[in-house]
Amino acid sequence: MPDRTPGLFRLLAAIAFGLCLGTVWPGSPAWATEAPSAAANPELEARMMALAAELRCLVCQNQTIADSHAGLAEDLRQQIREMLAKGMTDGQVMDYMTERYGDFVLYRPPFKATTALLWVGPALLMVGALGTLAVVLRRRQRMAADAFDPDTPDDDAADDPTR
Amino acid sequence: MKRYLLPFGLFIVLAVFLAVGLRLDPREVPSPLIGKPAPAFQARALARPEATIKRDDLLGKVWVLNVWASWCGACRDEHPVLVEFSRRGVVPIYGLNYKDKREDGMGWLGQFGNPYTDSLFDPDGRIGIDYGVYGVPETFVIDRQGVIRYKHIGPVTPEVLRDKIEPLLKKLNA
Repeated sequence: MPDRTPGLFRLLAAIAFGLCLGTVWPGSPAWATEAPSAAANPELEARMMALAAELRCLVCQNQTIADSHAGLAEDLRQQIREMLAKGMTDGQVMDYMTERYGDFVLYRPPFKATTALLWVGPALLMVGALGTLAVVLRRRQRMAADAFDPDTPDDDAADDPTR
Repeated sequence: MKRYLLPFGLFIVLAVFLAVGLRLDPREVPSPLIGKPAPAFQARALARPEATIKRDDLLGKVWVLNVWASWCGACRDEHPVLVEFSRRGVVPIYGLNYKDKREDGMGWLGQFGNPYTDSLFDPDGRIGIDYGVYGVPETFVIDRQGVIRYKHIGPVTPEVLRDKIEPLLKKLNA
């Protein structure tokens, strides 16, 4: 579980790779034991892991909840497990998570006004780059041949009287 | 000269984007709960295991919910700020004792002072999940209708209290 110790220490802690392993965090709580996995129902467990792989761990933001050993990720896996056991659908579980943590928890955020730039940005840049290239090439095509610098002959060629 | 204007413009746009990006803290995830009703809870009081506190008990007043734990170092930094604030009695502060042991939490309050009207005891962090808590400390401001109006992530500093929380409380209490 993250411990929001401010300043330099926090920065260092954030850089450290091992930070996501609850064990390295200062004041690591004694309760951070692995939640018992409901291996009794492998089908449910597989669904839980599939969902967890779509969700971002908010403590170590570049890991999924499925990958992370942070206390919160364990809690959320347990939460998903229990919700599925109650018969909730995958969609309901995802809604539950986004209601609490926002679209940020989704590794594939939905397309809407606030995420539009995220989705179409790369395509826009590509179109812009190709468009610029096309304009430049066409402009050059229309130029007279003498608009370009002549090839500078290399030394050998300059010495050759036949040229 | 003119031919450099476009690349220069592009460079400026890019620089602005990067500068803004540098100032954003990716650890501060905006809460989707702002403007939404505070999730219902029914919790044991930390100091009185026999008593329960419900969200609806707190309807009709503006209150602050502060998520804390005895194992959290940053909570210790913000604690004097909360103790001082509670002395002024502006609004009740409720604690959410997150993933803690009862005796540890009680001992911590005994040692550093208790700014809380009551602390909700949340040993397995379920109430925390409902409130979208992903670290400690976090602080919420909840209005008379039970709607979350503000969330602060990380320790409350005197500046945050003065510039963000207190003006909001004044508005809500007006």
